[in-house]
Amino acid sequence: MLLRHTPKEISERKALMINPAKTCQPIGAMYAALGIKDCLPHSHGSQGCCAYHRSTLTRHYKEPISAATSSFTEGASVFGGQANLVQAIDNIFTVYEPKVVAVHTTCLSETIGDDLPQIFDKAKKDKKVPEGKTVLGAPTPSYVGSHVTGFSNMVKAMAAMAEQGEQKNGKINLIPGWVEPADMEEIKRLAGLVGAKINMFPDTSGVLDGPLTGKYKMFPDGGTSIEDIKASGGGIGTLALGEWCSADAARLLDTTCKVPCSVIDMPFGLKATDRFIDALRTIAGTSVPDEIAIERGKLVDMVSDMHQYLYGKKVALVGDPDQLIAMTEFLVSIDMSPVHIVTGTPGKKFEKRIKEITADMGREVNVKAAGDMFLLHQWIKNEPVDLIIGNTYCKYIARDEDLPFVRWGFPILDRQGHQHFPTVGYKGGLRLLEQILGVLLDRKDRDDPEEKFELVL
Amino acid sequence: MGKAHKLVQWDPHNVKEKLLEKYPPKVARKRAKQIMINEAQENTTPEIVANVRTIPGIITMRGCTYAGCKGVIMGPTSDIVNLVHGPIGCSFYAWLTRRNQTDGINDSDSNYLSYCMSTDMQDSDIIFGGEKKLEAAIQEAYDLFHPKAIAVFATCPVGLIGDDIHAVAKKMKEKFGDCNVFAFSCEGYKGVSQSAGHHIANNQVFTHIVGSSETEKNEKYKINLLGEYNIGGDGFEIDRILEKCGITNISTFSGNATYDKFASANQADLSCVMCHRSINYVADMLETKYGIPWIKINFIGAEATAKSLRKIAKYFDDQELIDRVEEVIAEEMPAVKAAIEDVYPRTKGKTAMLFVGGSRAHHYQELFNEMGMKTLSAGYEFGHRDDYEGRHVIPDLKVDADSRNIEEIHVEPDPELYRPRKTDEEIAALEAAGVDFKEYEGLNPMMEEGTIVIDDLNQYEAEKLVELMKPDLFCAGIKEKYSIQKLGVPMKQLHSYDSGGPYAGFQGAINFYQEIDRLVNSKVWSFMKAPWQENPELSATYVWE
Repeated sequence: MLLRHTPKEISERKALMINPAKTCQPIGAMYAALGIKDCLPHSHGSQGCCAYHRSTLTRHYKEPISAATSSFTEGASVFGGQANLVQAIDNIFTVYEPKVVAVHTTCLSETIGDDLPQIFDKAKKDKKVPEGKTVLGAPTPSYVGSHVTGFSNMVKAMAAMAEQGEQKNGKINLIPGWVEPADMEEIKRLAGLVGAKINMFPDTSGVLDGPLTGKYKMFPDGGTSIEDIKASGGGIGTLALGEWCSADAARLLDTTCKVPCSVIDMPFGLKATDRFIDALRTIAGTSVPDEIAIERGKLVDMVSDMHQYLYGKKVALVGDPDQLIAMTEFLVSIDMSPVHIVTGTPGKKFEKRIKEITADMGREVNVKAAGDMFLLHQWIKNEPVDLIIGNTYCKYIARDEDLPFVRWGFPILDRQGHQHFPTVGYKGGLRLLEQILGVLLDRKDRDDPEEKFELVL
Repeated sequence: MGKAHKLVQWDPHNVKEKLLEKYPPKVARKRAKQIMINEAQENTTPEIVANVRTIPGIITMRGCTYAGCKGVIMGPTSDIVNLVHGPIGCSFYAWLTRRNQTDGINDSDSNYLSYCMSTDMQDSDIIFGGEKKLEAAIQEAYDLFHPKAIAVFATCPVGLIGDDIHAVAKKMKEKFGDCNVFAFSCEGYKGVSQSAGHHIANNQVFTHIVGSSETEKNEKYKINLLGEYNIGGDGFEIDRILEKCGITNISTFSGNATYDKFASANQADLSCVMCHRSINYVADMLETKYGIPWIKINFIGAEATAKSLRKIAKYFDDQELIDRVEEVIAEEMPAVKAAIEDVYPRTKGKTAMLFVGGSRAHHYQELFNEMGMKTLSAGYEFGHRDDYEGRHVIPDLKVDADSRNIEEIHVEPDPELYRPRKTDEEIAALEAAGVDFKEYEGLNPMMEEGTIVIDDLNQYEAEKLVELMKPDLFCAGIKEKYSIQKLGVPMKQLHSYDSGGPYAGFQGAINFYQEIDRLVNSKVWSFMKAPWQENPELSATYVWE
């Protein structure tokens, strides 16, 4: 057993986190910044932070992840990181020639109190930021929140770039939240079908799902241009997907540029996608084409076709709040039974939402924000489940407890597909169902005795 | 790429110029000293600048001191609870991401490799101090697991806010009585690379664990293997060979390590150093404190493995062992030779570049040589000058602000445990017979004239090098992997081995030949262009059958 030291008996822990269900802010900021066109993310801290984030994102995407670092030494930690960051900005624009540098801080630079706007001013005064280039920054202290908070903070920093337009540009700002490149692509496709003109940021499609052609582009063709980000101030409204990932940016646009916003759940599963499409067509004033209704019908069809294998199956879930809220709702809607739900990201609202969504299940569920996977495993030991859904680290629990396992979330370090095949929207719902049914039925085929082994399922 | 015929007309000075031309002048001046063309000079070898700060904004391959300490050295220790004191990220990123394997696979063994533990510091801990939380976390870990030892690692903010992790560790050790608790001041901002973290880790292992075992080791030929990390099972293959020869490996630092193995390290009669960079100072300390001499060995490459085994046998100076080693080599070599013969026609003449580690960029050239491949350019991510130029430069190394803050521990002969394994005469006789003690020549002498040695290679230079010199294979780490492969050049990770391995020893060499053959001859590199891109002009109309 790989997690042989995890006891069934649950004891309260106040100080020790074991097997976290979160990581730190800066990696989220780096991922978000990769969704800006021609942008080099920059980590203002020790070079290890940047190395770790790049490594993790690279393992997840199997794609080059370019990002620079201020490479703090002990001296910089004592005297402040201004000199390092100004030099870094100069070197980055000279050597790599991005249009945008998106800086995020770390626990190191936050603890010593480095002030990004002041350092940017200094860099501009020293003429280290060439004409027409942009430097933006987000404070992302690692000791607050989680990677989700860091993502949200960088998206908020993008929204802070918005310029209030003389007149509205007729577009809906769409903030997709921390979803995969393929999900961002799918969101754009759906918006296109609905006939809604959108300005989406960030957008990692075309950045982190690139082709192999024999040419390396440090700045691939994808991403939202800084001009489009600035133009978000002239949007007719902002549709933000996910309270944790996207709401802060949307509300900032409302405050600073008077762009009204609506924060809805991420469109995973049937009902959340219904609300997304409905919101889109309402804001855009268009009608939903049959094509989308047909996609929806196919998802409903598969649920009805395979309902017997889904009904009542207990599921353990670990991941990030916005994703888990939508996924829990999806599982409940197809009569599965999500019973243990953990996120590492803090926020009591999460527990409240999950309890609301599962209220009609006829039983209490275990749910915890700021929890960890050690606790999730202990819950599973106390009440076994039929399926676990989460990131790659779940495979240690799945193996020890002999559980069917669907990889979904971040990071996925050992399987492919997440960067290319969406799980948002109705088609994404079909893919999720395909994966869930695949592991459940593989298990049935493995475990059924010979006399009960079935050809047709 | 990977095409058979290729005419590369390049002059190394030209290449160096190209690498530097885009840099701001200050950066170019600094990088020029870290890029060395390997050429004979009058009475001297060219000097390289290494172990210096990475330039801010230049996309480096390097990680931090914490990564070197927690990730590299302490990561593989299976029965020590590794507790990271800091915000969650540092512990998360070091969670199972290095491929440390352990043979502690039975449920009766303690194995915490798959656990990630952290104090998950919050802003209130940063403001009011984190010592209380650390103390509580150590207590909770002890109550849950009752381990032999708990190791505490500091991350950046811990040093800045001044938490005294050593005092907390000492207090808890005394409180428990049956659990050794010790701490590492391995904040990420210290030093200039992972190397400082190796040093901090090894010093603490030496101070808090080595020499504390009461179990007596009575085997005949006892060694320590220093600087071997059991990535992909390398250590298992080396142990297999040693065992076959009748040599006992008391303790590997730190592949497949356990607390008790470290504790018994003082009982070995010889220290064998694999990765000179990460651990040569421990070899020195083991000699000073316990009287154990050390030699440099290398188990990467079949010939190098045979040579290393012979060196060990010669040291013990016992015909029985010398004969046994020859028998083992004779048994193992036919399969190696057969594997080389198989791949050689396809690998001969291919070119490689290696930018990795503090010894791998050197050691792996052995394997490439065996396959008839040529190394065009190489360098370390975190090496020091002695790893390039040899140990004779050590007295000339400058102590700068970044190396000064890494603790050097001073050791004396242990009043009870010091026991010189060989007399001065015996050492002299062995040296006369070709056993070099405390000797390492470094990377440069192994490289051909005109090759380019580059320290702390970065993203921009890597891309340029590949573009200019078009190697058939590039070796580095995960961060470099896909930008190189996008250029159509296969890239082999020599940190994690791309989930492959082992590559050490005889069986490892065979694995490596086959792996490189697969990589450089993969069909995929010929698929970069679609047919309509190869021939964009329509020259004829389509002929239907």
